[in-house]
Amino acid sequence: MSIQTNSVEIGKANKRKYFLEKVSSRVFLICALLSVISLLLIIGFVFYKGSHPFLVEGYSFIDFIFGTDWVPSEDKFGIFPMIVASIFATIGALIIGVPVGLFTAIFLAEIASKRLAKIISPAIQLLAGIPSVLYGVFGLAIIVPFLQNTFGLAKGQSLLAVILVLAIMMLPTIVTVAETAIRAVPNTYREGSLALGVSQIGTIFKVVVPAAKSGIMTAIVLGLGRAIGETMAVILVAGNSLIVPTSLTDSVRPLTTNIALEMGYAAGTHQEMLFATGIVLFSFILILNFVLAKISAKGGN
Amino acid sequence: MNILTKVKMGLLMFSLLALLSSCSSNGDSSTQASGNNGSTIAISGSTSVGPLAEKLAAKYSEQDNANIEINQIGSSAGITNAINGVSEIGMSSRDLKEEEQASGLQEVVIAYDGIVVVTHPTNQVKNLTLEQVKQIFTGEVTNWKELGGDDMEIVVVSREDGSGSRDAFQEIVDYSSGELVKSSIIASGNGNIKTTVANNKHAVGFISFEYIDETISTIDINGVKATAENVLEQNYKLSRPFLFVYKEGKLTDAGQNFIDFILSEDGQRIAAEAGAIPVK
Repeated sequence: MSIQTNSVEIGKANKRKYFLEKVSSRVFLICALLSVISLLLIIGFVFYKGSHPFLVEGYSFIDFIFGTDWVPSEDKFGIFPMIVASIFATIGALIIGVPVGLFTAIFLAEIASKRLAKIISPAIQLLAGIPSVLYGVFGLAIIVPFLQNTFGLAKGQSLLAVILVLAIMMLPTIVTVAETAIRAVPNTYREGSLALGVSQIGTIFKVVVPAAKSGIMTAIVLGLGRAIGETMAVILVAGNSLIVPTSLTDSVRPLTTNIALEMGYAAGTHQEMLFATGIVLFSFILILNFVLAKISAKGGN
Repeated sequence: MNILTKVKMGLLMFSLLALLSSCSSNGDSSTQASGNNGSTIAISGSTSVGPLAEKLAAKYSEQDNANIEINQIGSSAGITNAINGVSEIGMSSRDLKEEEQASGLQEVVIAYDGIVVVTHPTNQVKNLTLEQVKQIFTGEVTNWKELGGDDMEIVVVSREDGSGSRDAFQEIVDYSSGELVKSSIIASGNGNIKTTVANNKHAVGFISFEYIDETISTIDINGVKATAENVLEQNYKLSRPFLFVYKEGKLTDAGQNFIDFILSEDGQRIAAEAGAIPVK
């Protein structure tokens, strides 16, 4: 009898335990689903709104991508200047940001003394935490007048200003990710190289960097993603002109700023076309993520 | 046992909260409904007049128990709403077109708004004709030298497409968005234009009267200074009326009272504080 009640009680306790297990696993599941649902909702909403003019109102997607005139009040929607501006700005930022970022990472991981690295590393981390609008204000107050005075331009708001601001903004991403990758290279590689009589710099460029290649590529792609999606800093220094840039001193309007600039007053087709601009931007990011996945898969091998 | 009761309690609290919030929202809507007393004034229209109307409505509802609903949907849509009777009053930041007047609309000017062309304080050019302003913004004239200033390039600064001020400016100066010089800097907001112009000696832009200060230099139009008096005397061309329009005979007492309040001394003072030019 007592054994029976005992087992009944144990059964009860177990039931309670299982119930709790179930409840908590559900809670975790819901949390996990929340981000997936947000993603699906955002994609769904942007694509639903953005595809409407092309599917229902009969606008041509080709004209949208390759059209050079963006005059919403006259029903002209062409985002070619903005696509070019976004690509140029990102490539330019990479040309400046990647070498500087990579060298900084190498310096921190390989060359700098521990004490010096302890000072520089947090400074770079902090750079990543600065709100992007402050980069824009800095760009507007310092970089724009500097360019205007140095090159004797009529206006400093230019592709070059955007590139400089973006290059600074992508530094923390590149440095931290690349530094981790370089530090992960086994010490035996370095020792082997040094033992063969190769100098330190030779070791870094011939042995360490190639070994950390996939990590460094990841760093570059992540920096790229940061540059192409940046809005608030760019809107202040770009000038937002609707021209296909032919020189570094032309003022430009990248895809992101087009959306941020006009969404406030947009209605109807104009608004939907801004969502369509978002689709194009989204495609860029998607391609980047795809490349990133490829790189990490390769690194895994 | 303990944890289970905690979970149960949690669930209970959650449902209670949900219930409460639904109750309170119910309560909200019911109080609104009772406050109406059938005297809701529905107003819709211009995004330029909207902020002013909101301020006036807020002050007005302090002394009168009226419920004023304001929708900022643009001048044309607001006028259409007034014609169709969807809204009792429409707000417009432009003059009525002939066909709109023909459909029996009454208009009341509640205030004026002035737009001023601004340049860097060092710029020698202080006076332009409307035609010259048009030539600048359409890119026909690209050097200040041609307008009697120093030999330097003109940098045009404009608001973004869709902005009410840009629409009004383009309508008065008479050029379209497609004609705007392509290399112009586009800045969002009056303050942004002012900062851009104040920091660039090549630049020219346009802002509302309320944003004028010593960091920028204002341009006279056809020799007339940009002042509130000149707008009221209709000498200064770059101005527009803020209109309330309503269908003849369709204005309720509540609506009439609100308009009377706006045209009263108090109402006009609020308009002046909001940066508009009072009618009196």
